[in-house]
Amino acid sequence: MITLNINGEDLQLDVDPTTPLLWVIREQAGLTGTKYGCGIAQCGACTVHLNGAPIRSCVTPVQAAAGQKLTTIEGVGSGETGLHPVQQAWIDEQVPQCGYCQSGQVMAAIALLESNPSPTDEAIDRAMSGIICRCGTYSRVRRGIKRAAQSLESAGDAPEVNNG
Amino acid sequence: MGKWSRRAFITAGVLAGGVVVFGVAIRPGNRAGKVAGLVASDDETVFNVWLKLSPDNTVTAIIPHAEMGQGVHTTLAMMLAEELDADWDLVRMMEAPAHEEYANYALAKGYALGEADFPAFLIDTVDGFFLMATKRMNLQITGGSTSVATTGQLGMRVAGAATRAVLLQAAAESWDVPVAELTARNSRIEHAGSGRSAAYADFAVRAAELEQPAKPRLKSPDEFTIIGTDVKRLDVPAKVDGTATFGIDAVLPGMKYAAVKASPVFGNTVKSIDESSISGMPGVQKVVNLGDAVAVVADGYWQAQKALRALNIEFTQNGNELVEQSDIYKQFASDMDAALASGDEIVDFEKGDADAALAAANATVEAEYRVPYLSHATMEPMNCTAWMHDGKCELWTGTQNPLGFAADVAEAMEMEPENVRLHNHFLGGGFGRRAFSDYAVQAARIAAEVTYPVKLIWSREEDMRHDHYRQASLSRFKAALDEAGRPTAWINQYVEKHDPEDAPHIPYGIDNQFIHYAESKTHVPWGFWRSVDHSLHAFFTESFIDEVAYAAGQDPYQYRHDLLENAPRFRKVLDLAAEKADWGTLLPSGYGRGIAIHRSFGTIVAQVVEVEIVDGKAIPRRAVCAVDAGFAMHPDGMKAQMESGIIYGLTAALYSDISIRRGAVAQSNFHDYPMLRIDESPAIETYIINSGEKVGGAGEPGLPAIAPALANAIFNATGKRIRELPVSLHDLTVDDPGKRDIA
Repeated sequence: MITLNINGEDLQLDVDPTTPLLWVIREQAGLTGTKYGCGIAQCGACTVHLNGAPIRSCVTPVQAAAGQKLTTIEGVGSGETGLHPVQQAWIDEQVPQCGYCQSGQVMAAIALLESNPSPTDEAIDRAMSGIICRCGTYSRVRRGIKRAAQSLESAGDAPEVNNG
Repeated sequence: MGKWSRRAFITAGVLAGGVVVFGVAIRPGNRAGKVAGLVASDDETVFNVWLKLSPDNTVTAIIPHAEMGQGVHTTLAMMLAEELDADWDLVRMMEAPAHEEYANYALAKGYALGEADFPAFLIDTVDGFFLMATKRMNLQITGGSTSVATTGQLGMRVAGAATRAVLLQAAAESWDVPVAELTARNSRIEHAGSGRSAAYADFAVRAAELEQPAKPRLKSPDEFTIIGTDVKRLDVPAKVDGTATFGIDAVLPGMKYAAVKASPVFGNTVKSIDESSISGMPGVQKVVNLGDAVAVVADGYWQAQKALRALNIEFTQNGNELVEQSDIYKQFASDMDAALASGDEIVDFEKGDADAALAAANATVEAEYRVPYLSHATMEPMNCTAWMHDGKCELWTGTQNPLGFAADVAEAMEMEPENVRLHNHFLGGGFGRRAFSDYAVQAARIAAEVTYPVKLIWSREEDMRHDHYRQASLSRFKAALDEAGRPTAWINQYVEKHDPEDAPHIPYGIDNQFIHYAESKTHVPWGFWRSVDHSLHAFFTESFIDEVAYAAGQDPYQYRHDLLENAPRFRKVLDLAAEKADWGTLLPSGYGRGIAIHRSFGTIVAQVVEVEIVDGKAIPRRAVCAVDAGFAMHPDGMKAQMESGIIYGLTAALYSDISIRRGAVAQSNFHDYPMLRIDESPAIETYIINSGEKVGGAGEPGLPAIAPALANAIFNATGKRIRELPVSLHDLTVDDPGKRDIA
């Protein structure tokens, strides 16, 4: 048995320990906000936080996350529980189009702002270049991150992201 | 009371709970000649629009198009709300179910009562309008950038206006005042004289009994209060917190998972499967031989994929496995040569005498271009969940053509269409790919072998190797110039024509033109790819006119401007793009600037790209876009679609190359079919012209001009003319990156 802590909740799982985390999150934990895009860590649609750092869940064996704090898009905020400033900025800037990559974009953006509260264009490009968007929302992703950075700054400090 | 004509109706009815529905349905107009058989059949509507008015005064727009990121649900709801004078905060949307009653004209007719003429302007406009989008038409297809121009303009607005008219009439009767004294605003009706005010819902039941106007008056743009504003898209909130449900997110009790591998070489079939190669692998439930593919069903997707990879499968050989990409290009060239030699060329467009003008030319320019196959590579790989139970087949997927999918599955499974039910979801990208039902048919065939629901997910590799590809093509040009450098002849021959017909046409005033093509079939499956034939022809024609301008020693923007003397709408778009892009100003060393213009799907787009050459590689730094779609219903949505077309088009131009090796697609995933990423994506500015001309599309027209604008910018920066895409094939290193701008 493997114990996973996802969004603050412990989950006991009877799975092959080499199964990629992505499929455990989607199929066993039932959290479908994290997406499959390539399976080889090329597109970033599967990005989640492991102890606050962005990782590619499609190439991370579930055993590597055992006993540690995992956060998925469902754990950072929602329309019901209150949005994270990045999510609000994504609505304000109307970032998503098809929306499929956006869980990955939001997770990467949150991780960026936690390590760098006022990123330059270059820092944004560096942090976000791992997440492919076929709809071409990149210019709005840049604007969304800057807007979120401003709102986080004016709020004083970053809200607590539920990393468990 | 419904209004009915041979081709269309407006009707209304009261449902349980006091909910009132109003609807407009139209079927194909001109069924003569070529159009007949290509659009819907006799018992199908072309589109069918309904709105619901509930007792709590909310309005639900029921929208017969799939949301794949283009914001269509929002824009169409806006168009309905505008004519209804609805309170936008009370407007909801619902995607039309893929249900027979939505598709079937005869059934729809049953709703309508009485006889009346339908507005003539609707009938005229419907004629053959879907032809450009697809040859396999069903009611709910989303493609061809038609949603706003057709469903919106003809369905949503008319439904809203007709409903508003009967609501006003019902209120006038109820209050015993003349209709003219009433105003409709924010989902309420007011009577200034008496100070009375009441919600639409109060009059809905009575309104449903009234005869709807045959020709409801539509607003003029100066009366718009919702159309033309930047309301927030209805689908965005669910797309920031993971709650948006795509096809791949469907969950059913007892569901299992399937992975599939089709013959890598198109057209070959399964010869043998050695199931012992995976015996004992955990979770595996079943191996299914689909004839041209093999599926493994397992408890989890990872288990299914792992077992499929381990499974020993042998495929037949039929000769296609000998085909190489270079053979395909050679075949194109020889088929073009043969067509020319035999006089078998198929004429696209002819005007004047191009050969004579060429013979009399002061100078000539010739060039040959080629482009590769392209894959759609939607971020959400193809997938479909299917469940066969109780003699029925239920499907959960994302599709651009829900009814077409249901029909295809019914045919493949030899079932009655009414026993196939499809639940559509958000599309994780469509771009034309999700108009092809292969993955849904596969899912149904796998589900037929088991008793539980099965979710079939194509791996990225399967998705890339079994797409329906934008065709590869070859295009040859000759132009004649007079002493002043003006073109007097334009001759163009290319291979493989699909849709739309006007894609190779040029807007320029050239007296003698001969545009023709040869057929050259390959074994590679073809499909609609964002903007379809425009995606290649704009690159060909707008690159070549640029070559002609340079050959004439003239500035490429000014040259185009002069040739658009009799195309003022084009000229205005071109001029705006050039002006906003600071055309003619000096750029830093190592930079170049290029321009292109193209009309597609009724919308004219001009784009200017600034490119920087870094270590022999082109990086687009700035893209300026001017667009005239007649009228932008949702300006921010229009800008988003231009941004999207630009990035999708730049990705293809810079990197995308599907090539055939031993009969199969050589590429497999994003490492060898790379995508433009944020660090290489340009700053984009979009400028909208509302010319008031007939409304055109938005989802595709942003794409075609960007590849030639980029290639022209690269020439400006390096002196190297890109005649073959993608750009990444070429080393752009220049020894002396001096200033090359001739402006």
